[in-house]
Amino acid sequence: MASNVAVGANARRRVGALIGGFARSRELTLAVVLVALATLVAARAPNFLASTNVVSVTALAAIIAIAAVGEALVIITKNIDLSVESTIGLVAFVVAEVLKQHNLPIPAAWAIGIGLGLALGMANGVVIAIFRVPSIVATLGTLSIYRGLTYWVANGHEINSNDLPAGYTDAASRSILGFRIGDFQFPGVPIFVVLAVFVVIVAALALRYTVPGRQLYAVGSNAEAAATIGIRSQSTVFLAFSLCGMLAGVAGVLWGMEFGQLYASSGTGQSLAIIAAVVVGGVSISGGSGTVIGAAIGALFLGLINNALTVLLLPQEWLQMIYGAVILFAVSTDALIQLRSQRAKARSRIR
Amino acid sequence: MTESGPIDVIKSADEPSAPPPVALAGVSKRFGATQALADVSLDLLPGEIHALVGENGAGKSTIVKVLAGIHQPDSGAVVLDGKAVLLHGPAHARSLGIAVVHQEPRLFPDLTVAENVFTGHAPKGRAGSINWREMRRAADEIFDSLSVRIDSGAIVRGLSMADQQLIEIAKALSVEARVLVLDEPTASLSAHEVERLFAIVRQTRDRGVAVLFVSHRLEEVFELCDRATVLRDGRHIVTAPTSQLTAPDLVRYMVGRSVSLFPRSAAKIGDVLLDVHGLTRVGAFRDISFSVRSGEIVGLAGLVGAGRTEVARVLFGLDRADAGEVTLHGRRVRFRSPSAALRAGIAYVPEDRHLDGLVAGFSIAENVTLPILPRLFPRLFTRSSREHSLAAGYVDRLRIRSTGTNELVDALSGGNQQKVVIAKWLATNPRVLILDEPTRGVDIGAKVEVHRIISELAASGLAIVLISSDLPEVLAMSDRIIVLHEGRVSAEIPRVEASEERVMFAATGQIAEDASSGE
Repeated sequence: MASNVAVGANARRRVGALIGGFARSRELTLAVVLVALATLVAARAPNFLASTNVVSVTALAAIIAIAAVGEALVIITKNIDLSVESTIGLVAFVVAEVLKQHNLPIPAAWAIGIGLGLALGMANGVVIAIFRVPSIVATLGTLSIYRGLTYWVANGHEINSNDLPAGYTDAASRSILGFRIGDFQFPGVPIFVVLAVFVVIVAALALRYTVPGRQLYAVGSNAEAAATIGIRSQSTVFLAFSLCGMLAGVAGVLWGMEFGQLYASSGTGQSLAIIAAVVVGGVSISGGSGTVIGAAIGALFLGLINNALTVLLLPQEWLQMIYGAVILFAVSTDALIQLRSQRAKARSRIR
Repeated sequence: MTESGPIDVIKSADEPSAPPPVALAGVSKRFGATQALADVSLDLLPGEIHALVGENGAGKSTIVKVLAGIHQPDSGAVVLDGKAVLLHGPAHARSLGIAVVHQEPRLFPDLTVAENVFTGHAPKGRAGSINWREMRRAADEIFDSLSVRIDSGAIVRGLSMADQQLIEIAKALSVEARVLVLDEPTASLSAHEVERLFAIVRQTRDRGVAVLFVSHRLEEVFELCDRATVLRDGRHIVTAPTSQLTAPDLVRYMVGRSVSLFPRSAAKIGDVLLDVHGLTRVGAFRDISFSVRSGEIVGLAGLVGAGRTEVARVLFGLDRADAGEVTLHGRRVRFRSPSAALRAGIAYVPEDRHLDGLVAGFSIAENVTLPILPRLFPRLFTRSSREHSLAAGYVDRLRIRSTGTNELVDALSGGNQQKVVIAKWLATNPRVLILDEPTRGVDIGAKVEVHRIISELAASGLAIVLISSDLPEVLAMSDRIIVLHEGRVSAEIPRVEASEERVMFAATGQIAEDASSGE
């Protein structure tokens, strides 16, 4: 009896903590802003909700979200990966090139893409975790190297969707769970979105409920302190970059499916969007906090802004500025919050 | 404010009628739960070296920071030439002629000596550009006047601590300083370098500068200083000419801090768990020997810089020893890393709060299990139930006040966060626990709690090394007290014989007989 009461109280407290946590969380705030913005855009531009538009918005957002999950893992360890866009570009081009040259089944294309992404990520990891090159410099180097490789592979050519098997380029427009009730037609969920949601959920669970996931946060929060409790920060950082490369590989394969038309320069500029998505999603650039769910919502948010400019017939040139402003806004609010909590901490502790 | 200590201000007969160039008038300053300064008044006279002494945490550094414009008093004021002024910051204080040399030199290592001396006020040429030749010349002139030889064109990186300190002093004197504040300037100097420094300080005094000399080396106070002020617990205890004081007087003024009572339950003292013999780390400590038994609390007392934390860092594998042996449970050990020490059963709760490594955004349970995750969950996946039941045990035992093991550590009070840190290290299941200043900065209630925890841990058979600057704490908690002075063991005092005077005498390098004869 008494224990039942205790359990009840405990459960209530848990629910309370959960709600309190959500109210404070960046993820929820961002989701609310997202819905509000979508409603606003939909009211001004009815074609925003047209199914072709929805599919194209969510497909690109899904690609960015998957890459952003990988980038979030890296940023949580207090590092950064600037080379994701080149990984995406190289993987997309190489996979397409292989499909063009050889008659391979689609799963083989996936394996090549993911494997190549993983290898590129591990290369980053080696330079950063073993040779101890600061990640911002190391990945600035590989950003350029991987892009250079793409130009070398492309050798002045580009790839058209005609060169690719139909099963590859059609995938982007496919969806599941579509249904029709009378006049109402639900077009279903694009498979890109399904895949992105799957990646986000797996990554979120892994971060929270596996040993390396926990250690990722510990290293990013305070590498020196993590070392005093026996966490090897180098292997943790290596793991983060490897996974980031692998997810960029997934994003690269999807990129090829979505666009069909591939150039050596494909994907250029996307690192900015990916990092913006992560930061807007509440992952602290100073490491140790944030979630991949936030990063994914951030990707959707930026995708929405991108599309809003199109459907509202606003100049597309604003996009870069908006991304930049969004990064600055997110990082400076983080800095402010951190400053406040540090001050509070100093007040309560320092003599 | 009630006056708790013996206060007798002895005024010199020939006190000048003009207001002192700089004085503190009734200054109070509070940080969180700690009253760092309470109604402290102090005057600094031209042509006088004024010593400021007190135990660790007595408020000396706070006074230095108030004078330097780093902290603004909550009440009271800094008085310049009889007028109260509000110092907005270090630059403002400097512009008013208050030059402060901090304990650790704060120089730009990649710039030259001359550039460091003239940081912020470099001599300008016609076009407003820096006049390098003039800067070098002016710097040389200052060093000449101090009769020291330092190449003003040298890069600071690689210069000795003593030279860096002289550069700080030169920097202080490069502006028209009326007051020179030296915060424990001799802490890292050799005897010869100390002599050179003293000559310079005397010379500066003779030029009519008022000098405030912060130190806890009593012999220096008597050798160098004209007057001395003693602080204790942030309060002014006494100001008197050093000619009217003796070393035992000073020690007695310094000790006798207000005591909070805490339980120390008797523990069964067992076998020797940790034995340290002849442990030496060059530049930090030498020939340290002591042992700790199961159930025993050994206090490591000493002034800041005596080498206590350095010893702990070596024992925990954060630094290497140059000589000596450590025996743990009868086996010789030599740790290459903290994880090796953890595996062998030593845990170290660091003094440096930056190293405590609580992950903000993690719950109590997640923080507590962090050091033992791979051991707890060898199959990669964590299980909340296991984690929470483990953490719940510690929350119970240490009485961590929270809404449950799910609560984020960010939401806890400082004292409760400190308990989570202790829980985290206890989760590693140590046999030897080293606690470095475990109660610094926590409020009095939490302090008593931490003491209870330490006492219970000893009773459960742990060997505990307690490093603390809080004398009453060390006295009340320890079965034995090892006192370090300048990197060496200066006394080992059993509980029954321990008194604040005795510990403080050993910590300041005085001979213990003085204390007993003075009583």
